[in-house]
Amino acid sequence: MLDGLNWLLDPAHWSGSRGIPTRLLEHLAITGLTLLIAGVIALAAGLAIGHTRRGRGLVVGLSGALRAMPTLGLLVFIAVQFGFGVRLAIIPTLIVLVVLAIPPILAGAYAGVESVDPATVDASRALGLTEWQILWRVEFPLALPLIVGGLRSAMLQVVATATVAAYISLGGLGRFLFDALPLRDYPQMLAGAILVAALALILDLLFLLVGKAVLPAGVRATRGTRRSKTPTERTAA
Amino acid sequence: MSWLFENFSDVWALAVTHVALSVPPILLGLIISVPLGWFAHRYRWGRGTLLTIAGLLYTIPSLALIIAMPTILGTQILDPINLIAALTLYAVALLVRTAADAFDQVSPQVLDAATALGYGPWRRFWQVQFPLAAPIIIAGTRVVSSSTVSLVTLGALVGMSGLGYLFTDGTQRSFPFEIGVGIVGTVLIALIFDLIIVLIGKALLPWSRTRRVRAKTNAETLEVTTNA
Amino acid sequence: MIEFDGISKRFPDGTLAVDNFSLRLPSREITVFVGSSGSGKTTLLRMINRMVEPTSGRILIDDEDVAQLNPVTLRRRIGYVMQNSGLLPHRTVLQNIATVPLLNRVPRAEAVARARELMDTVGLDAAFANRYPAELSGGQQQRVGVARGLAVNPNILLMDEPFGAVDPIVRRELQEELLRLQQELAKTIVFVTHDIDEAFLLGDHVTILARGGQIAQHGTPDEILSNPASEFVADFIGADRGRRALTLRESNGRTLVVDGTGRIAGVLGAETATGPVSVGAGGRDEHLGEITLGTEAAEAPHEVAPAVNDAPTASGVPEVDTPR
Repeated sequence: MLDGLNWLLDPAHWSGSRGIPTRLLEHLAITGLTLLIAGVIALAAGLAIGHTRRGRGLVVGLSGALRAMPTLGLLVFIAVQFGFGVRLAIIPTLIVLVVLAIPPILAGAYAGVESVDPATVDASRALGLTEWQILWRVEFPLALPLIVGGLRSAMLQVVATATVAAYISLGGLGRFLFDALPLRDYPQMLAGAILVAALALILDLLFLLVGKAVLPAGVRATRGTRRSKTPTERTAA
Repeated sequence: MSWLFENFSDVWALAVTHVALSVPPILLGLIISVPLGWFAHRYRWGRGTLLTIAGLLYTIPSLALIIAMPTILGTQILDPINLIAALTLYAVALLVRTAADAFDQVSPQVLDAATALGYGPWRRFWQVQFPLAAPIIIAGTRVVSSSTVSLVTLGALVGMSGLGYLFTDGTQRSFPFEIGVGIVGTVLIALIFDLIIVLIGKALLPWSRTRRVRAKTNAETLEVTTNA
Repeated sequence: MIEFDGISKRFPDGTLAVDNFSLRLPSREITVFVGSSGSGKTTLLRMINRMVEPTSGRILIDDEDVAQLNPVTLRRRIGYVMQNSGLLPHRTVLQNIATVPLLNRVPRAEAVARARELMDTVGLDAAFANRYPAELSGGQQQRVGVARGLAVNPNILLMDEPFGAVDPIVRRELQEELLRLQQELAKTIVFVTHDIDEAFLLGDHVTILARGGQIAQHGTPDEILSNPASEFVADFIGADRGRRALTLRESNGRTLVVDGTGRIAGVLGAETATGPVSVGAGGRDEHLGEITLGTEAAEAPHEVAPAVNDAPTASGVPEVDTPR
């Protein structure tokens, strides 16, 4: 562990195109870009599924199937099969990372919308809110904590898998692992591992704070008090 | 295709290794998580501590964990123990929360009734509390099983055996078919594991099936009325 | 005026919730739909603002077919109050009340001022303005719900079991408050409940619904109580038992009114009412309004004389105290 820390503290490793800051920025850029693309796709789909209550089976099936899919295999398969090779490694990497990030964001969005009390939505509709207004003014703000939660677990997966993606010669913190592996340079590998873990922990904390910040004040007040039960009459009438 | 026939015994051997590397983390994870989950369910302070640690563990990228293992355990870099230990930690990180939730949702009235009937604490746990928490724990185990089988392939990146070897070897030889065999093989193992867990669950918990059906019916009734 | 014209509703699962229902609801009065679950009363109510679309038939509001109107525009003209208030949990009381006016682009200051007025109208302390729904009691939430329903100054107010989830004491307060409000505002109110006492207390007109939206009887509370149209209605309103089966009994020269459970409901023919007598429990009817049979509560005798066999039966029509 000490060797890894020593490697980290060596000023020589903090500059240049193979230095820690560069690799860190690369890693963040890949993660951010992935979350942006996956977020747009998955939020749109997830909110639609949550609002219409259609296509839930799709989400469950999709995330179940993807869980068993080895991302490393998918990554190298796309890279080799479609000849992106090592020069355009960003394309297979983004494809795999986006595919990986979609299910948790999708699930967060749809579960978030679904968690909104049906009576609240019903009342909003009866009040004369349009479906669009119901989605953005009622369901979305109330779903935000779970949406951020979905983004958070997607982020964790992406940070981890972006490390693996360095295997096909892309930048990012994973490079420290794969550059050091053939040289049996264990301190550098360890340093890479520490950096990736630290990045994940910091980003996780960040998302945690954002998640707390977006919890609507009125919902915070609900915590601890018992929620009113849905009337059974409504189901029958 | 002919590649597969020619190399079938090699692929089979890799698959067997893959299974051998996947099973211990799943089983160990389950054995460790259930008592920890019960503890987190039972004691408030235990819950906070355990679930925070589990959350932190889960945050650490798996590859980093695998690489850090030799330092922690004092093992060699290529020792499969590293992979098994790292994936076990992962499994625990995921399952502790699930197990705690599973024990939480067992109705206290049922436990009260069992106590009133004269169950001792030990028998009450094994004959009432655990069976009622089991469906959720089994669902969690299915998740852990799938992700473990998939994560074992990462071992190939640091030179370990298993179907992940087909990924690294296939990349070096620019041979997508070999990679494809590795993907299909991994998914197949995951599916077989999933099926086995489902079958064990059905055998052990014959009542949980009817319960799920009823829950689904309720959800559908609600759906009809909210759509109206 | 709201008019149901041959309305039927079959749900996707095949159940026929309403079968060929026709009725006119007069303006500026309270009509109560009462029935047990499965009578289609909520379905009928929700068809007025197109929350539920009828399978066949028309609904007219002032001779205008609602099916021709944009549902959103229609709903913004109609107040709606539901059982568990349906308030937006992430908005304050004031924001909740002002929701629809703000959607209708009423200037913010004006909408807020109107919301504050409405809080006063429904008897909510101004201090609650910036609280969140979760910080209010059930009764207070319902008041906010009523204020929100009135925010666009609608001619029509739909109330779907609005007091069903609050405790009996608060429910009674809210019922009285509604009657007071109605005296001031004179809205066309359609009120749904499964509680026959609430129906008789609030309704200018009461529609008793049997399964599938069949009208078992429609009329004023007086008409229904004095002349139940069928065995079903008599049984539903409990005219021949419990607290509604009143008999007269002579005791010490005064005429006592005794209900079916043997309790003294009041004294007949007394000059002044010093206070309404609350009638005690009788089966499920625990919250009937006050009975004004002119009781002098202080002098009401406690000892009951032996029952007089040939005592005339009061025809089961307590005059319900509806201050309007």
